[in-house]
Amino acid sequence: MSKKRIVATTGNGAVAEAMRQINPDVLSIYPITPQTAIVEGFSKFAANGLVDTECVTVESEHSSMSNCIGASAAGARVMTATSSQGLALMHEMLYIASGMRLPIAMFNVNRALSAPINIHCDHSDSMGARDTSWIQIYSEDAQEAYDNTIQAIRIAEDRRVLLPIMVNMDGFIISHGIQKAEFIEDKEVKNFVGEYKPLMPLLDIDNPVTYGPFDGLGGFFMEHKKNQADAMERAKSVILEVADEFAKVSGKKYGFFEEYMLDDAEVAIITLNSSAGTTKHMVNELRAKGLPVGLLKLRVFRPFPTEELANALKHLKAVAVLDRALSFGSVGPLFSEVKATLFDLEVRPKVINFIYGLGGREYTLHDAKRVFDVLMDIAKTGKVEKNFDYLGLKEVEVLTWR
Amino acid sequence: MEIKDLTEKKERLTSGHRLCAGCGAPIVVRQILMGTDEPVVVACATGCLEVSTTIYPSTAWDVPYIHSAFENAGATIGGVEAAYRSLKRQGKLDKEIKFIAFGGDGGTYDIGFQSLSGVLERGHNIVYVCYDNGAYMNTGIQRSSATPRGAWTTTSEVGKVQPGKKQNRKNLTACVAAHDVPYVAQASPAFWKDLVRKSTKAFEADGPAFLNVIAPCPRGWRHPSDQTLRIAKLAVETCFWPLYEVENGEWKLTYKPKEKKPLVEWFKTQGRFKHLFKPENEHLLEELQEKVDKDWEKLLKLCGEA
Repeated sequence: MSKKRIVATTGNGAVAEAMRQINPDVLSIYPITPQTAIVEGFSKFAANGLVDTECVTVESEHSSMSNCIGASAAGARVMTATSSQGLALMHEMLYIASGMRLPIAMFNVNRALSAPINIHCDHSDSMGARDTSWIQIYSEDAQEAYDNTIQAIRIAEDRRVLLPIMVNMDGFIISHGIQKAEFIEDKEVKNFVGEYKPLMPLLDIDNPVTYGPFDGLGGFFMEHKKNQADAMERAKSVILEVADEFAKVSGKKYGFFEEYMLDDAEVAIITLNSSAGTTKHMVNELRAKGLPVGLLKLRVFRPFPTEELANALKHLKAVAVLDRALSFGSVGPLFSEVKATLFDLEVRPKVINFIYGLGGREYTLHDAKRVFDVLMDIAKTGKVEKNFDYLGLKEVEVLTWR
Repeated sequence: MEIKDLTEKKERLTSGHRLCAGCGAPIVVRQILMGTDEPVVVACATGCLEVSTTIYPSTAWDVPYIHSAFENAGATIGGVEAAYRSLKRQGKLDKEIKFIAFGGDGGTYDIGFQSLSGVLERGHNIVYVCYDNGAYMNTGIQRSSATPRGAWTTTSEVGKVQPGKKQNRKNLTACVAAHDVPYVAQASPAFWKDLVRKSTKAFEADGPAFLNVIAPCPRGWRHPSDQTLRIAKLAVETCFWPLYEVENGEWKLTYKPKEKKPLVEWFKTQGRFKHLFKPENEHLLEELQEKVDKDWEKLLKLCGEA
């Protein structure tokens, strides 16, 4: 295991540092709150000649992803970062990056989408990109954001995968909060990510290839999509292999999810990103009182670890899925998937959904306590009164609102 | 440069594509690609040229090629060039390669305008070519901001209260020139020597270069497919499509018709203008001629010819 630097950093600072250590060939830069500090931090590294990266300061996120696509197809190792509206503006190009099987790595600092305009955290941005065939990894804190960024490159570039990857962390809560983090040495990162060897690059002018052809009726569009789905499936074992290798370098072990006091729990919360920290705290408090509560923090949302998740949850009496995004006209996006995952079990836990933290609304210990109270009631009675609710909602006269 | 020399050059856009007979676009592309002997990487905006040359699993491109979307040929080729610059600086690549993007007028004047402006402003060493057929031809002849005033399209219909497109066309070449890039030119495939020379200048420019090339569309312009180059020539001789270049900010006319033909001569060649010859639209013919005259005078001044 390598030597480590222990630092006080923000989540954005940690990601910029990981990017410097990775030293990509091309970085697309466009600012958006709360992501901006990542590209600013990197710009400073570039200005001081600490990286070989060609920094392309594009005029929009749409061009940012288009630039990444051109550069990645050309044969470069490519990264970018964004948030919210920026990710939404890229949306069209996200499909094209994955359809061309380009291993672009992107950092997304989760932020709510307009309207009304709001700069704070929720997961409506990354959940909106759910079906774009990007691998999605979530990070609880600055440390995980750093560790995930380094692992992301290896996962995306693996020949069994060749799909773009998006690493997420919560806007402001993690991106701007100062935390303790451990950075591994530059040479260890360099060694871990290795030299990038592109497959069929445009710059190999002696072997011309056509990227992005027209593949209409009578063509092979459906076969291409199946190949993509297969690659996503193969990404599962690659994610675990990369995590194992990373553990050797960093001493930190990652998987599809983290189980916190889940083994002997009767009820549990499932959540993504920073709310896991608050929930862990409440698990500790309730465990001290003898209550059988636990947490499952999902790290990998795409590919969705269906079997592993069902296996980890099957012994529970009740499960609450916390969604920081809402699929209007339906329920939380994570809830739908967890519920579907559990359906095939012969004996299933009861599963309920709470929508929380939209637009940065605080997720408090009080909220976590409330969820566990509801879960313990369900465990006791076997009855679910309400399977969908909101946390921390202000009491307003709803009827007067449109 | 002799035409014989050009015929001996290797075709980089090969035969077997599915563009219409008489389409101006492949003629333009071939002439442009004759402008350099260096290896090239091509990007295309979504459009006729793109869908008709890369029907999977075939491709008519004998050079590395990328199409990503409609509005971003500029940003896409900029990305390719950025990768090239990075890898070259790191000593991972030592070849001399040129980068070129092709977009139709829809993908350039309209939806792709921002991406084009961005790549020009950032100074990528690329050539961007607009093959201007004056409408969204790939979706079936809808107006664009390059469509001439008075022209029929399916979204600038000719009816009881509307005689074709109501607005003047956007002067994109001037818009691009305002970006202060090293080389900007307007060309026509009917003037092949002029076009290939401009292409060479564009490829050799140190920084972004832009070429706006008229590319008649037999389907959309409603003309016989053997008339393409004649119509592309008449566009220049009526001064509807003057040939000029802006080299490091200096405007220069590259062809001055001996006799400036009346615009109606050009209108007569195309079905999309036939309604203009009805008595109730005669005033329009006058107005359109006045506009062309005014623009021509303005251009002569810019080029120091008046």
